[in-house]
Amino acid sequence: MSGTFLGMPGNFPQNAAKAVQNSQLRYNLRKATHTIRGKRASVVSELPDWQELRAAGKAIKDETLRHLDRYLLQLEEAVTAAGGTVHWARDAAEANRIVTDLVKATGETEVVKVKSMATQEIELNEALAEQGITAYETDLAELIVQLGDDFPSHILVPAIHRNRAEIREIFLDKMAETPPGLTDEPAALAEAARLHLRERFLKSKVAISGANFMIAETGTLVVLESEGNGRMCLTLPQTLISVVGIEKLLPAWRDLEVFLQLLPRSSTGERMNPYTSMWTGAVEGQDFHLVLLDNGRTGVLADEVGRQALRCIRCSACLNVCPVYERAGGHAYGSVYPGPIGAILTPQLRGMSSDLDASLPYASSLCGACFDACPVAIDIPEVLVHLRAKAPHAPAERAGMRVAGWILNDEVRLGKAQRLAIRFRKLVPKRLPGPLSAWTDTRDLPEIPEESFRDWWERHERP
Amino acid sequence: MRVALFITCVNDTLFPGTGKAVVSLLRRLGCDVDFPAAQTCCGQMHVNTGYPEEGVRLARHFTEVFAGYDAVVAPSGSCAAMVREQYPKLVRPGSRGAAAIAEVAPRVYELSEFLIDVLKVDDVGAYFPHRVTYHPTCHSLRGLRLGDRPTRLLSKVRGLELVPLPAAEECCGFGGTFAVKNPAVSAAMGADKAHNVLGTGAEVLCAADNSCLMHIGGTLNRQRAGVRIMHLAEILATTEATP
Repeated sequence: MSGTFLGMPGNFPQNAAKAVQNSQLRYNLRKATHTIRGKRASVVSELPDWQELRAAGKAIKDETLRHLDRYLLQLEEAVTAAGGTVHWARDAAEANRIVTDLVKATGETEVVKVKSMATQEIELNEALAEQGITAYETDLAELIVQLGDDFPSHILVPAIHRNRAEIREIFLDKMAETPPGLTDEPAALAEAARLHLRERFLKSKVAISGANFMIAETGTLVVLESEGNGRMCLTLPQTLISVVGIEKLLPAWRDLEVFLQLLPRSSTGERMNPYTSMWTGAVEGQDFHLVLLDNGRTGVLADEVGRQALRCIRCSACLNVCPVYERAGGHAYGSVYPGPIGAILTPQLRGMSSDLDASLPYASSLCGACFDACPVAIDIPEVLVHLRAKAPHAPAERAGMRVAGWILNDEVRLGKAQRLAIRFRKLVPKRLPGPLSAWTDTRDLPEIPEESFRDWWERHERP
Repeated sequence: MRVALFITCVNDTLFPGTGKAVVSLLRRLGCDVDFPAAQTCCGQMHVNTGYPEEGVRLARHFTEVFAGYDAVVAPSGSCAAMVREQYPKLVRPGSRGAAAIAEVAPRVYELSEFLIDVLKVDDVGAYFPHRVTYHPTCHSLRGLRLGDRPTRLLSKVRGLELVPLPAAEECCGFGGTFAVKNPAVSAAMGADKAHNVLGTGAEVLCAADNSCLMHIGGTLNRQRAGVRIMHLAEILATTEATP
């Protein structure tokens, strides 16, 4: 990536207003999200016990979060006993420093990467580049984003905003070995990427990954993927460094049974993903380092309502069903975590001091489709409403809401306000001024009736 | 049965016809309908925009007004969901007003729930010879889980041709203050909903929430589409004698 999401100008409504004008983007997103949405719905409906699985996933994650301190120490002990080294990182800067130092110690200047949200979150690639180390993304979609000097726009499919014609252009432009006759057939594009990456896998001595799950009981890390690039990175290089958020923990091995059903069906809409890699400590003489990342997570844990966001297993089901995400696109959220989960995770991890972060809890119509789709039952609308109460409010809005609250809290005042509106009903313009023009720019106003219901009742019905 | 009508502030002010329809429908079905005049607003706009203090005051006011009724009927899935689903989260158990909420909230019904679950009728004797499509609003679909209750009622209306709405379960983009805080996305969602409504060839778009209908209808009107919006209650109240 050439830039980072941090410090991006604008806010969600402004970013989204630009995105909805881009008909190509909207077409790409609509097609992709509706395809995955349909696949997910069909594989989820096959399981008669889906709601029970969902409840189990929620319960296991809640148990883990409640005793996170204990399980983390248990994990550290198990990983260490298996020959791995565990590092603790308070924030992004600390994690980046640990990883950079580890890579420098190997003497290498190139690393291959398995797709990982945690390393995107801390902007590890940029930190490595500052120290003269080049990180190569090996996940196909991440590669497309990296080659295109672009930002990821989806958790699972970071290049979801690109169609195959655009991907072909990027490959022809940025991959030297690409044959000029490359077509935009998915198989041809995948083959071109495969040729490009194979060299890197064989050459690289250092790999960096994240993990979908960590098992406290055994010290095992688990990565689920579709392409096999992750398996290459995890097994070929001499040194493996995994950066994992502290909430990715599961207490016991048998807990995987639940999540290996929940995650593939929710994310790619498959019964089982093609590659599941598991490793415990240092395998076959490899050097293994685990960097446990906090970066705001313990702060989230302290919030009784907001902490459920830490149950997230990054499946993206909420993105794929979200009508707002579908139209605004991932970049509008200004974070590696877009969509409904991003709207509750980003403001909690980063705070709400920037205009962008403060606008994220409002980036939802509260339609509830995300909550229904979430495999660990995160009540996203509940957290959004909770965060809206904590968000900074514009003084004019606050004043308006106070007045509205004062009027609405008393039936006499409400009746007077209604009669006032009715008296001037003929004077209401078709296009309203100021912030209310947001309504009348695209919609007609309803006609104000001649009499409110309460006045009609008073005249006709009161005994 | 002593039934209170909770009209909701939006219907009270902008859609009094919906309230009159509920009164005439419930009376036709033998209910003794009362309108507690002290009622105002459920507080949803304040709570969902980030002003829970005002919302809590309105929630307390609501429970005072509606205490003691056998049932409270609201012609709005959204406001009924606010009271039943959100009040208990807004005022946590043990705090002031929580007991009153626990008492009143379970007796608040959206209109179609009240007809089907409490009065046990699905044929209300209505007559409405028009082509109608139904939009299940988000809070009635995913909040209250109304399921097919509204369409069961509509399918028993004589003369009514019910045409399915494509992508019906997708949000229309109203979302309360979302409509003005995120106008571009709201309008884009509304345009897609309006497009789907037009594709059905229906004369009337029906829903259980006038706020969503105000948004979709406002979008349709701006396009001079000629599709009428009608609340479920207004269709169900129509008979051959009172067209």
